[in-house]
Amino acid sequence: MNVVDKARVKPAAKLLSGNNACALGAVAAGCRFFAGYPITPSSEIAERLVTLLPQAGGVFIQMEDEISAMAAVVGASMGGAKAMTATSGPGFSLKQENIGYAAGAEIPCVIVNVMRGGPSTGMPTRPSQADVMQTRFGSHGDYPMIVLAPASVREIYSETIRAFDLAETCRTPVILLYDQVIAQSSETVALEPPTTPRAERKWATGPREEFKPFAVGPDGIPAMAKPGAGYRVHTTGLTHSETGFPSQDPETVNRNLGRLFSKLERHREQIDSWEAVQCDDADVVIVAIGISSRAARRAVEICRASGVRAGLFRPITLWPFPEAPLCAATKNARAVLVPELSIGQLRLEVERLLGRDKVEGLHQFSGEPITPAQIAARATALASEA
Amino acid sequence: MFTDAPNFDVRDYLRLEMMPHFLCPGCGHGIALRALLWALHDLAIDKDKLAIVSGIGCAGRLSAYIDANTFHTTHGRPLAFATGLALARPDLHVVVISGDGDCLAIGGNHLIHACRRNLKLTCLMLNNEIYGMTGGQVSPTTAETRLTTTTPLGNNEPSFDACALASAAGAGFVGREVTRHVPKLKELMKAGLEHPGFAFIEVLTDCTEVYGRKNELGSSPEMIMRQKSDMRPSAYRNTVDTPFHPTSLPTGILMQNDRPEYGAAYRRAAALAAAKGAKK
Repeated sequence: MNVVDKARVKPAAKLLSGNNACALGAVAAGCRFFAGYPITPSSEIAERLVTLLPQAGGVFIQMEDEISAMAAVVGASMGGAKAMTATSGPGFSLKQENIGYAAGAEIPCVIVNVMRGGPSTGMPTRPSQADVMQTRFGSHGDYPMIVLAPASVREIYSETIRAFDLAETCRTPVILLYDQVIAQSSETVALEPPTTPRAERKWATGPREEFKPFAVGPDGIPAMAKPGAGYRVHTTGLTHSETGFPSQDPETVNRNLGRLFSKLERHREQIDSWEAVQCDDADVVIVAIGISSRAARRAVEICRASGVRAGLFRPITLWPFPEAPLCAATKNARAVLVPELSIGQLRLEVERLLGRDKVEGLHQFSGEPITPAQIAARATALASEA
Repeated sequence: MFTDAPNFDVRDYLRLEMMPHFLCPGCGHGIALRALLWALHDLAIDKDKLAIVSGIGCAGRLSAYIDANTFHTTHGRPLAFATGLALARPDLHVVVISGDGDCLAIGGNHLIHACRRNLKLTCLMLNNEIYGMTGGQVSPTTAETRLTTTTPLGNNEPSFDACALASAAGAGFVGREVTRHVPKLKELMKAGLEHPGFAFIEVLTDCTEVYGRKNELGSSPEMIMRQKSDMRPSAYRNTVDTPFHPTSLPTGILMQNDRPEYGAAYRRAAALAAAKGAKK
């Protein structure tokens, strides 16, 4: 009996790190192909999947570099497998080329980026949150991206499953983004295997003569032709028409690139996810993800205990950013505080939505997490200023 | 109509709606493509089970013309895409079409590791000694002294012997042929397609437009006729004893071994692991 089946029989509480929860979530989601390259602090995902995947009838391969690992994942997905890779900063930079390919050619896949300090080799064993913008804009050209930002071991498990579901539903790459602290800290969790059915890919059906690989129905998602099913279609990173063949016809390019964005907009209800804690009466709303949101949650308690009305808004889906929920959660707040392990990336997005006057950052890029006391002190000061 | 293959009609394997193709007049890539389609026909490989994975450049564009499951990927990466595809779908016959720049420069790392891994893939490297698509820049196989847009004084870098490289890296099958000998090229491709492990085939082909013209190598027929006689620049002046050019290079099957194929070995080990896991 493999580990996943065991979990189905008896979901016992286990001491588990975030990276291990990610590997278990991937197999539970139906992942059957993993290609990776060793990099701190994400290697535990590969080291777990190398055992889990063969047991589940899947394939694990360590590739020659980060670029080929991403390419192999896209190749496996083109063949029909739910596929994933995992990496960290320097490797994530290298993967951008084929992440762009997956976005443009609409190949479902999941990319895990465990954030460590940068730039360049940076601080391999220290946390960071400085890849917020790279996950959204890392590859060249215009394309949308779904990025999920879990903040606990349990949430890494459930968001990994959701990442695969969204990748298949929206026929797009999905990035799972979390920091080194969440990745390598262990928490005691009883992982409940999902009870709902997993999203499966929409495969082409019907006669070959009538099939157009990028023609779409009302949901904006083209059905994919499975190699071997008789459709014999062409897939390319060039801009293409509904036939799948290259096209630079302006109208065709507009239509197809436009659809890349609109297909996500049409699925916002499934994509959007956030948590708002005590925001309704808050004078100061703290907006944070990952380990900073864990500190912020404690900071809200500290503030509330001393009479400062603070709240927490936590985007779980980071991109597309939950704009309306943020605006709703902060409409009564006089100030918004964004603590993050970067020089200010999440803050830029919050400022874009709420304006610069209301928003203040608490930025730390020393490789040390921000503490609850730091956040509480700043929130308290903001509450008294405002 | 060509009579060297009475039962073979190239049109059965082409996407005729993609014609006319975009290759330049005199380009040898079409000859290589025909040889591949002929080989696939001879081996009766099911088009539905055939996956063509190509990179970027003139050679990379060929996949769009083949009536199969075709994947035009990123520059230098077709072998890496194909590795994932072949491992996820061992029922497919996966053929990679690459060029000298795609395969040896930007994709060089993937090539040597694909050779070492020995996963069942057939890799065709169409070597025209130049980056044709981008207008004629020096490539890793451009002969020394040749003029290109980025070697206006003559190329002074030694070139790769791709087959020696693939052999040294452990490929299960290595071969080379020129587009001048189409039946021989087809037979070599058949042998490669039938090899159970990784097969690397270098096809020496001509770029008349942005390489031949600049180096005054003559017309397309003249370039083809010289593939086996004299591709050497007249003012040859390099100091390397065995420079790359076709007359100095052997053709045919250059290496074939029975090293274990990666995919089958992986599946055997995985089945064992699964059985062991089930016992626990």
